[in-house]
Amino acid sequence: MSTLLSLRDIWVEYGDRIIIEKLDLDIAAGSFVSVVGPSGAGKSSFLRLILGQEAPSRGTILLDGEPLAPECGPDRGVVFQRYSVFPHLSALGNTMLGMECAQSPFSARLFGAARRAARDEAAAMLQAVGLGDSLHLYPAQMSGGMQQRLAIAQALVKRPRILLLDEPFGALDPGIRADMHALIRSLWRDYALTIVMVTHDIREAFTLGTRVLALDKRRHDPHAPHRFGATAVYDLQLRERPEDHAPENDAEAPLPTSITID
Amino acid sequence: MLLGAVPILLLLLVYLVLAAGRHEANPADKILPLPGAMAESMAALMFVPDQLTGQLVFWADTLASLQRLGIGLGISTLSALVVGLALGALPPVRATFGPLVTGIAVIPPIALLPILFIALGLGETAKVALIVIGIAPVMIRDIAAHVSALPREQIIKAQTLGASSWQVILRVALPQAMPRLLHAMRMALGPGWVFLISAEAIASDVGLGYRIFLVRRYLAMDVIIPYVAWIALLAIAMDVALAALSRRSFPWAHGERH
Repeated sequence: MSTLLSLRDIWVEYGDRIIIEKLDLDIAAGSFVSVVGPSGAGKSSFLRLILGQEAPSRGTILLDGEPLAPECGPDRGVVFQRYSVFPHLSALGNTMLGMECAQSPFSARLFGAARRAARDEAAAMLQAVGLGDSLHLYPAQMSGGMQQRLAIAQALVKRPRILLLDEPFGALDPGIRADMHALIRSLWRDYALTIVMVTHDIREAFTLGTRVLALDKRRHDPHAPHRFGATAVYDLQLRERPEDHAPENDAEAPLPTSITID
Repeated sequence: MLLGAVPILLLLLVYLVLAAGRHEANPADKILPLPGAMAESMAALMFVPDQLTGQLVFWADTLASLQRLGIGLGISTLSALVVGLALGALPPVRATFGPLVTGIAVIPPIALLPILFIALGLGETAKVALIVIGIAPVMIRDIAAHVSALPREQIIKAQTLGASSWQVILRVALPQAMPRLLHAMRMALGPGWVFLISAEAIASDVGLGYRIFLVRRYLAMDVIIPYVAWIALLAIAMDVALAALSRRSFPWAHGERH
């Protein structure tokens, strides 16, 4: 598979504090990469790098062979654990916002036929994530799982090159989480998505991912813990294609016993 | 609702008992007038044209005061929206003008009244300006704080949906500032009335505050008490109206099943 995103010798430093050091990575188009690692091992920094929220202090990031602009753009969609949806917009309004921004630079609103087209597309997307009956609900009227479905629909309607998930299911009940796993997996398959998901849940990482990256510090200096940054200490290729995926109830994914991540 | 009326009725009752007691001792008492006397005085102000100006004094006072308060509150609200949004959403603007707004906000507005009278004269402008200076900085800071406290995730999310800074302000920050703005207006009504009455008391020829301070010279409690009650009624009506407007226009901000 072709490389979609590649990180070359990436360093992230704040002053003399090194967060990420010497990270080299190629992410293939169509892969589902789970990123795990202990707190403070640069998972969030890693995500912010790909998101364009911050630039690496050294190294280059290429998306489709082009250097990545250090700003958030519509080619990368994101779903956070919380606050991903806009409380003042209905489900439909939330999903249409991306299209309105693209087509109407000044007022960011659409009218007439353009609005109907955007509406229909948004409604279809909400149908696809299972919110077909909730088009006019506001986020405050939705459960946590529904809000995350909405956040996913909102991102996917922009057809991002890469979808970033920041512990998207961390705040959900276990039953809901299983539903969300099934949803994200079928969306990934149907829309041929490339997904990078940061998670604390190792089982989730192995169940969903085609590849699991573990970020951690390779070396540790007890007197100056900040002087060594994290990098990919494990990079496990699990399966190539979505079809190889284990079904959801087979959640006991092969967890290599040699890995311990706290 | 009913329970809340009990203390008010009790207070009225206490007043009536005290007033009746005073009138028993001195039928010409002016300090605690009886309801009948109040009604009589108020009827004269409400329905009989003033001999000098030909106006119905009570309604002219009400109109003048509401106009001043309305213009002051309107200007303050508009500037809170524009300046507050800019301060909250644009860090460079906040860095430049934040200290200025804070500086103005800590000056007791009444202390500026002489300056306003000197600079703007004794007309309507100075009174409106006092209200604006008194309540706008607080409202601006409230809106700015609310906007800058919007979750970072929301802004990032909007940017990944292709929104420019302008679009983020227009579609994400502005709509979420609106219910807060109505709330800030409600909070500003109290101080707004204070500054209005103060300005009218010092230099005016019409207005609710002016009338109260004018008739004070004649110990005309039969006018002062109904005027104060009327002011309270107006303030409550405005507060209720703004709260209802907020619930109606921005149901998502009130956590209601709408």
